[in-house]
Amino acid sequence: MASPVPPTDLLDRRLLFVTGKGGVGKTSIAAALGSLAASQGRRTLLCEVDTKGDIAGAFETAPTEFREREVAPGLLAMTMDTEASLKEYLGLQLKLPLLARLGPLARTFDFVANAAPGVKEILTVGKLCYEVRERHYDLVVVDAPASGHIVGQLAAPEAINDLVKVGLVRDQTGWMLDILGDAPTTGVVVVATPEEMPVNETLELTVRLREETVVDLAAVVVNRVLPELFTRGEEKIFRELRRPDRTEDLAAAVGVPDPGGGPGRGSVEPLLDGAELAVKLRRTRAEHLGALREGLPPGTQLLYVPELFQRSHGVRATRQIAEALGAELGY
Amino acid sequence: MAARRSGSRAPKGASSLEPLLAAKEIVICCGSGGVGKTTTAAALAAMAAANLGGKVLVITVDPARRLANALGLERFGNVETQIRPEHFAAAGVAEPRGELWAAMLDTKQSWDELVRAHAPDAATRDAILANPLYANITSRFVQSHDYIAMERLYEIHASGRYDLILVDTPPTRNAIDFLEAPERMADFFSSRLLRWLTVPARSRVFTMASKPFYTVADRILGTQFLQDIAEFFLLFQTMYDGFVERARAVTRTLSDKRTTFVVVSTLEPSPVRETEFFVDALSDRKLHLGAVVLNKVLPDWFRDRDATAVAHRMSTDPAGLAKAVTEAPGGAGIGAPDQVARVLAEVGESFLNFQVVATREDEQRAELAAVADVVATIPYADHDITDLAGLLELGSWLWR
Repeated sequence: MASPVPPTDLLDRRLLFVTGKGGVGKTSIAAALGSLAASQGRRTLLCEVDTKGDIAGAFETAPTEFREREVAPGLLAMTMDTEASLKEYLGLQLKLPLLARLGPLARTFDFVANAAPGVKEILTVGKLCYEVRERHYDLVVVDAPASGHIVGQLAAPEAINDLVKVGLVRDQTGWMLDILGDAPTTGVVVVATPEEMPVNETLELTVRLREETVVDLAAVVVNRVLPELFTRGEEKIFRELRRPDRTEDLAAAVGVPDPGGGPGRGSVEPLLDGAELAVKLRRTRAEHLGALREGLPPGTQLLYVPELFQRSHGVRATRQIAEALGAELGY
Repeated sequence: MAARRSGSRAPKGASSLEPLLAAKEIVICCGSGGVGKTTTAAALAAMAAANLGGKVLVITVDPARRLANALGLERFGNVETQIRPEHFAAAGVAEPRGELWAAMLDTKQSWDELVRAHAPDAATRDAILANPLYANITSRFVQSHDYIAMERLYEIHASGRYDLILVDTPPTRNAIDFLEAPERMADFFSSRLLRWLTVPARSRVFTMASKPFYTVADRILGTQFLQDIAEFFLLFQTMYDGFVERARAVTRTLSDKRTTFVVVSTLEPSPVRETEFFVDALSDRKLHLGAVVLNKVLPDWFRDRDATAVAHRMSTDPAGLAKAVTEAPGGAGIGAPDQVARVLAEVGESFLNFQVVATREDEQRAELAAVADVVATIPYADHDITDLAGLLELGSWLWR
């Protein structure tokens, strides 16, 4: 199983699978981790497993393909394509006269990928482990499937071991398991937001990773953490300002006339309501964050990324998240 | 832009899902992960049971414990369970017009039931259920979740036990996967490769077409594994006719006039992209798009022009405002002017922060409004849903 002593530096590992419940910002975090590693001079490969094209969005480049391409200095990006991975594998390992077999190969692939459990997954994991084994990169960051599917993917080599007794696929699982099970080399980064379902899924996933895979939990990234608006003393002042007479005084001081012709508070109230919403959200999220901290295995590395209130998601947002992660990692 | 505060007013383009739910028998809630499909499906079911009458069933694929609790259930099971009327009474609905039922999709159990229903005899049934590949395929084969969800929906609908069925879709890698799952399942069982594979090795007649297939498959997977697969599919083929017929019936149900799709999304860029893609996919397949539900939308007063002016004032001159407020009659009791100034600056900055997001969201909403007739909006909730009252409150946003 996973070795008990994790490396101190997340980016010193060689292979990181970034996962999390849908909608938590998994791709943004994966892109930012890749970007951060590359900015430190590590030759980094960022691999998108679900072909949604969000990696290209994070760097505002043309859609990524199976053939890796540089999207930032020292950072290469690719999109996983299991069929292309199989072709590459056959070309490398079997020395099959590929051209002559493309037709049957495509049909075989269709069958193999759909019928034989774990084969599609192992072609994905295999390609990633191969890049690590061959030391083509200092770090491979995987924008992995969401938490519902990641375990099946990471457990594929063992599933194949159980089901397939001989054959070339079976022969390949040993070295993959060596890479996946070595904690200083490989780890999973789970992304969560401080909300109910993402926290629950994160906790369930950490248990399943431990029980069903050999892969180490490297870190949990808590994304979209809201800033604490007020200290306790400041919150008391805020409550005072919410009293109708105080709000009227504030509105008079601001000098923006009340549009509704009401008691003179109308222009100020949306601001106080907005702050109230922020305070309540922060409080609800703090509870979920507490549940997350409590439920994780002791010693799990937690990294916090603030809510960024961005205008758009692109290069600038990726850089901001990378900076936040860098600060959390002590760079 | 609205000059007046309009937090309680439904935003532009909003519309009610009531007529849709009154007219349809199957409502499929879909969308990318994390947008609130399960909650939306449950809220719509609760509203339909409370207001429309009849027997309403919500099937969820998401074992959200708190949602089960919200419905007053210990836990969801594969068996349909009625939400007791007391829970409606506790939620302020003294006399719901209909019944609310809930069930969860248990993939493994549903597959087992399917096998039991279609196996030609007890021996085949037991052989399939005990086959190691069967367990692996039903639990790990991602598309099996998609297929079984649609299959179960079909079965329950065909039973005629419910007037309205709402279902949330599995978190697929690709939102349209489940639409294609029944077809793919039928294709799969009728594929030529499968027939090649299930020919016993000794009687294989190698044709020009099939020989390279065996060569490649053998080399990749090994002969033994191929034989294991073959054995499994030979067993499964005994159910072939029933199975393919069934998959086609499921496909027909999706395009039936009584079925509609509700696409749930937030206004984050990625779910919006997926929603647009999904709406196109529905249209390509001539499936009925009933509504787009936008979840977790910030109140539109975050874009109010007057409030914006005030926010700028607060963040640029907090000290001046603090001085004025604390020097007003009785104002000294608020607190020290420098602390008041900090509070005002925070309030102003926080508003402007949220405004950046609200403005981006509004643009996304305008784009989505162009693709669907019914676009309903659920505002950002600052609390979690813990009971039926919470579900109904959320549902009421889709009912006005």
